[in-house]
Amino acid sequence: MMITAEKLKEMQDVYKTAVSLRLEKNDRNEQPTVFDVLICGGTGCKSSGSKEIQRQLEYELAARGMLDKVHVVQTGCHGFCENGPLMIIYPGQFFYCRVKPDDAGEIVESHLCNGRPVERLLYYDPVDGKPALTAADVSFYKKQKRIVLEHCGRIDPEKIEEYIAVGGYAALVKALTEMTQDKVIEEVIDSGLRGRGGAGFPTGKKWSFAKNAESDKKYIICNADEGDPGAFMDRSVLEGDPHRVLEGMAIAAYAIGADEGYIYVRAEYPLAVQRLKIAIQQAEERGFLGKNIFGSGKDIMLHIKEGAGAFVCGEETALIASIEGRRGMPRPRPPFPANEGLWGKPTNNNNVETYANVAQIINKGAAWYRHFGTAESPGTKVFALTGKINHTGLAEVPMGITMREIIYDIGGGILDGKKFKAVQIGGPSGACLPEELLDLPVTYDSLTEVGAMMGSGGLVVMDETTCMVDVAKFFINFTQSESCGQCTPCREGTKRMLEILTRITEGGGSESDLELLEILARNIKQASLCGLGQTAPNPVLSTIKYFRDEYEAHIKEKHCPAGACESLASYIITDACKGCGLCARNCPVHVITGKVKEKHCIDQERCIKCGTCYTNCPFDAIIKE
Amino acid sequence: MSLVEKKSAYRDDSVPKQSCIDEILNTYKDEKGALIPILQHTQNLFNYLPKSALLYIADKTDIPISTIYGVVTFYSQFHLQPRGRNIICVCQGTACHVRGGKIILNAVEKELGIKAGHTTENLRFTLETIACLGACGLAPVMKVNEDTHGRMTEEEIAKVLAQYK
Amino acid sequence: MKTVSLTINGIVVKAPQGFSILEAARSAGIYIPTLCYHPDLVPEGACRMCIVEGSGAKTLVASCMYPVEEGMIVKTNTAKVREARRMVIELLLANHPKNCLTCRKNGDCELQTMAADMGVRTHRFDWGERKIHTFDASNPCLVRDQEKCILCGRCIRVCRDIQQMNVYSFANRGFNSIVSTAFEQDLSKVACTYCGQCASLCPTGAIVEKDDTERVWEAINDPGKVVVVQVAPSVRVALGEEMGMEAGSIVTGKMVAALRNLGFDKVFDTNFSADLTIMEEGYEFLDRLTKGGVLPMITSCSPGWVNMCELKYPDLLNHLSTAKSPQGMFGTVIKTYFAHQAEIDPAHIVSVSVMPCTAKKAECVRPQLRDSGYQDVDIVITTRELGRMLREAGIDFRSIRSVDFDSPLGYGTGAGAIFGSSGGVMEAALRTVADIVTGQDLWDIEYTEVRGLDRTKEAQIQMGDKEIRIAVCNSLGAAQKMMDRVRNGTASYHFIEIMACPGGCIGGGGQPVPTNMDIKKKRAEALYKIDEYSQFRKSHENPDIKTIYKEWLEQPLSKKSHQYLHTTYGRQKR
Repeated sequence: MMITAEKLKEMQDVYKTAVSLRLEKNDRNEQPTVFDVLICGGTGCKSSGSKEIQRQLEYELAARGMLDKVHVVQTGCHGFCENGPLMIIYPGQFFYCRVKPDDAGEIVESHLCNGRPVERLLYYDPVDGKPALTAADVSFYKKQKRIVLEHCGRIDPEKIEEYIAVGGYAALVKALTEMTQDKVIEEVIDSGLRGRGGAGFPTGKKWSFAKNAESDKKYIICNADEGDPGAFMDRSVLEGDPHRVLEGMAIAAYAIGADEGYIYVRAEYPLAVQRLKIAIQQAEERGFLGKNIFGSGKDIMLHIKEGAGAFVCGEETALIASIEGRRGMPRPRPPFPANEGLWGKPTNNNNVETYANVAQIINKGAAWYRHFGTAESPGTKVFALTGKINHTGLAEVPMGITMREIIYDIGGGILDGKKFKAVQIGGPSGACLPEELLDLPVTYDSLTEVGAMMGSGGLVVMDETTCMVDVAKFFINFTQSESCGQCTPCREGTKRMLEILTRITEGGGSESDLELLEILARNIKQASLCGLGQTAPNPVLSTIKYFRDEYEAHIKEKHCPAGACESLASYIITDACKGCGLCARNCPVHVITGKVKEKHCIDQERCIKCGTCYTNCPFDAIIKE
Repeated sequence: MSLVEKKSAYRDDSVPKQSCIDEILNTYKDEKGALIPILQHTQNLFNYLPKSALLYIADKTDIPISTIYGVVTFYSQFHLQPRGRNIICVCQGTACHVRGGKIILNAVEKELGIKAGHTTENLRFTLETIACLGACGLAPVMKVNEDTHGRMTEEEIAKVLAQYK
Repeated sequence: MKTVSLTINGIVVKAPQGFSILEAARSAGIYIPTLCYHPDLVPEGACRMCIVEGSGAKTLVASCMYPVEEGMIVKTNTAKVREARRMVIELLLANHPKNCLTCRKNGDCELQTMAADMGVRTHRFDWGERKIHTFDASNPCLVRDQEKCILCGRCIRVCRDIQQMNVYSFANRGFNSIVSTAFEQDLSKVACTYCGQCASLCPTGAIVEKDDTERVWEAINDPGKVVVVQVAPSVRVALGEEMGMEAGSIVTGKMVAALRNLGFDKVFDTNFSADLTIMEEGYEFLDRLTKGGVLPMITSCSPGWVNMCELKYPDLLNHLSTAKSPQGMFGTVIKTYFAHQAEIDPAHIVSVSVMPCTAKKAECVRPQLRDSGYQDVDIVITTRELGRMLREAGIDFRSIRSVDFDSPLGYGTGAGAIFGSSGGVMEAALRTVADIVTGQDLWDIEYTEVRGLDRTKEAQIQMGDKEIRIAVCNSLGAAQKMMDRVRNGTASYHFIEIMACPGGCIGGGGQPVPTNMDIKKKRAEALYKIDEYSQFRKSHENPDIKTIYKEWLEQPLSKKSHQYLHTTYGRQKR
């Protein structure tokens, strides 16, 4: 059966009723009689017990005979993970956070039966202390512009009907029935969409390469091997709105002429895999995917490949090797996958977030898309805010927004009122940016200029207690252990960088070490085979550039200004010491001396800085410097 | 069900039969490049990848055993040694790192008396680390089997571990 | 073919499309250093020695893999490139033992040469961790010292792509990466044929032949021993390279003189026993052909190939000629016929052979090869080991005067000589078989269709009214393809020659390094030149062969022949 735009519209109208509460504007004057209760089923909220809340809620509803009036929906991630488990009640978009299973009774009784929102579960702004009644009032969501995450947290990701009801698959139908392959590519080129996986290559241009490659067989790949530590936006999209990714892939497959594709999902994302499987099955049943879609004679078969735990498989040639069942080792390009990819055939590879942008570009047009973001970096970007920040979670913002707005307006500032020190952007390939760059507009090019990288969009905020040498060491440790081991500079060079950084944090660094680090970094960037090695030194270079004084303090004064490097800490017994002798008894190297009921003393020369005395002192009389 | 999620159906003392591997191989017999899913399923059977199983797979698939060994040792998901009944995974990602992931790891190591990468003698726990669980909002995070435990503190560790026999 | 023009170091270079920058540069006489690259192998671009600046690329690119493009501007010698190359070497050295002076590859090591060329004068990273690896000397042929491995992967590629034995793979990742057999087992525990191709391509001392030179010196120094040596056909066209001469130099006479100089009591020519092999194998073939024996019959001179057949095709062992290899035959002849003739107690004979081959070291200890009542051949050394002995003894190879082999048993025909090149055994056999079949002394004896370095060659030969279908394979990869056809019945040949090494023995795993197909081609040409200038070019015309049959063996396939010159095979389980 040929599905036309009209037929899809008919389907949409049928399914719409099920989600109408969430779509229509609410008239608050009347006490509603039916509700949609959305409970976040993202990984974060699930692990804080959202499933149990749902069970309890359904139990309470059943006890009152309200199951037919209240529609409980498990959605994908709402983004505000810090305050999970989250619950949103329609009509009204009431926003409850940190909900516990025991709260279910009160929610039903007070809110659903009597129309009185449960005030203690509302979100209270840390700045002004005022409650936010609806999600729209929560400061975390105010500056966001949701295109990719549009439906995340609003629909049930395991029901294709809900996706269709909110306009899903219209773009695919439009592309297949009204647009030529070239027209689709042109639209994507005009939109200015750039790859959201890191390097920011123009997506439409990439598609045109694969389209122009001549072959009897082409493939499409979705890179869902989100490996950057501190990034989980792709996971949330896959868990919250999997059909959107499938639709984007199907459109891309049509545009380049591919009939088969793979979604390469990180092994650590079982929920994403499960929801993708359900989504693919549902899409095939409806004829949006599979053989002879819409009776057009075209096939788009999508398969899931689960990764097996190797960060480097995020590199496209390594990812292809992994799908082919080999060690995930990158190979030099050219030839590019657009010409010789999976099984040697032309292959287009984009990441989850990139594909998730496509449907809206096709639906609403390139001009619409360009309303958001900057001329060079149009659209939005989803960032994962983590680290020492009040609002950890996922935020989708228009490109060009400043780092300050993201961290302070959306992220709610620094945790525990501490002082901001740096923000790490771009994961292991990225950089640590200091306070003076907080007003930098976030675009692909501005970040590259300051030695950073958009990366997949992890933003890790660091405060005064974070040591920047330690952070550099953390990232180099990560890249060196995830290096595939094939090319010399990355395999051997990152190891040496790690060793130098380790000795600096342990007080063994010398002044020539900084120069050696820079020489290593320069050559590893220039000579490595793939993107992993070519960007691995970025965290080191950026911390040396912006926080050189911290390195020098470690090297010259053998002092860690952040107090984070254990080996450089010294433990001192203050006058608060009561002389109980506990520290002396616990000291593994017996270097604490003192008479009972008198102040004790630590022999600094022989102290191994294990911190046992510090953690165990009942009078907090031992301080760490 | 996801390959990773699926727990070993043969956790008890019954040793999986060769026929179980045959079943896996049969599922993938027409699929190109299926070595990794075959290994994933096989690991689900045994909880690790016994040498004999790998030799059998090499024999049946005509994939050289050295190649299989190369693949197995490349991916951190695969294990050549038997593992514990419960797998603890302490996240060492960036977000967890700055929020004390290392302290959690040290505390778990102390609690179990083993270092990361090892298994307790009674095969109750295997302790591993991971570069990022993707649950950064809950940092520091650790996972036991399929359960994610967020906002961990040193004090809670014993309580969490007690749930797993 | 379409050519593109590009600029390398300011020079306009034209190169066929599809060429790499490296190939284009070398064709224009511009040298770019390499380590993991080898002309006989598929490039991988991993070591990053051959990096250059190329227009359009953001970082330095591996010239061995980067295809030439029209109008491209390449710079191979900028400060940036030199710094990066030196860093690559420094980093490799940081994870490499510093005992170059006592390393077996001292002087032949490509890493050492690169370190010298790149101007590495200090160890800036000598404080770093070095990987400690196991040492594998589990087998009689090859020694693996993984501490010296620089992970270039040449061994993996030659074993996987050319030999298709897949003994090695990369294992682990990052700094822990190693080249490994399955489960890091010793070579003696895995399906390794000991062909030694990995050793001949290894740029460092990580894989070398097992050194048996000390055992040879001991034998020579022992006054109670009669030390005899036989030298394989392909050694005389390769040994010159060990002594600083051009590839393809024919050094037969110098080699014999040098061997005498070393102190060998008798210097014999394996070409003789190659002729003997042709007699036995040729008659065996005719026997199978006329009496309905198992066909195709397959040669059995190459021990790497025999090992592979025993490992992978044990069901097809009855296709192998039962004739021993020339080394094996000579071993028996020396400790029986020669010992008897010369009135020496075979117990006092130490039989040494100089071979192009590492697998011969395993062949000589096969339990089947003790027909003399003793181990027929005691010690096998490779061409490389002989080179080392000659250098150690201070022999001035360039000026040494040529002499002849000892006689009898010292004469081999041109047919015996060409054994050393792929197709040579087949050609030698055809020369004899054709004469027997036609009953004539044929003058057209050059079977050029089986010559050359193609991996698989085939031909149909008319002999009288008989049409003989033959095939020749070199490399174990080609051999496996052929054996699969034999197994499924699509190899309708009568006679197949198989050599384990690419190019045959001239490309053997024990031949001088560095090596590549161009060098092998020169060695092969030299062998055919020896044949061309030989007085006798058919094995059955060899006067020494006639004598040995008259005096001892009676005739090919006689009872005595079967007792001493034929052998058996059995499945190897590894």
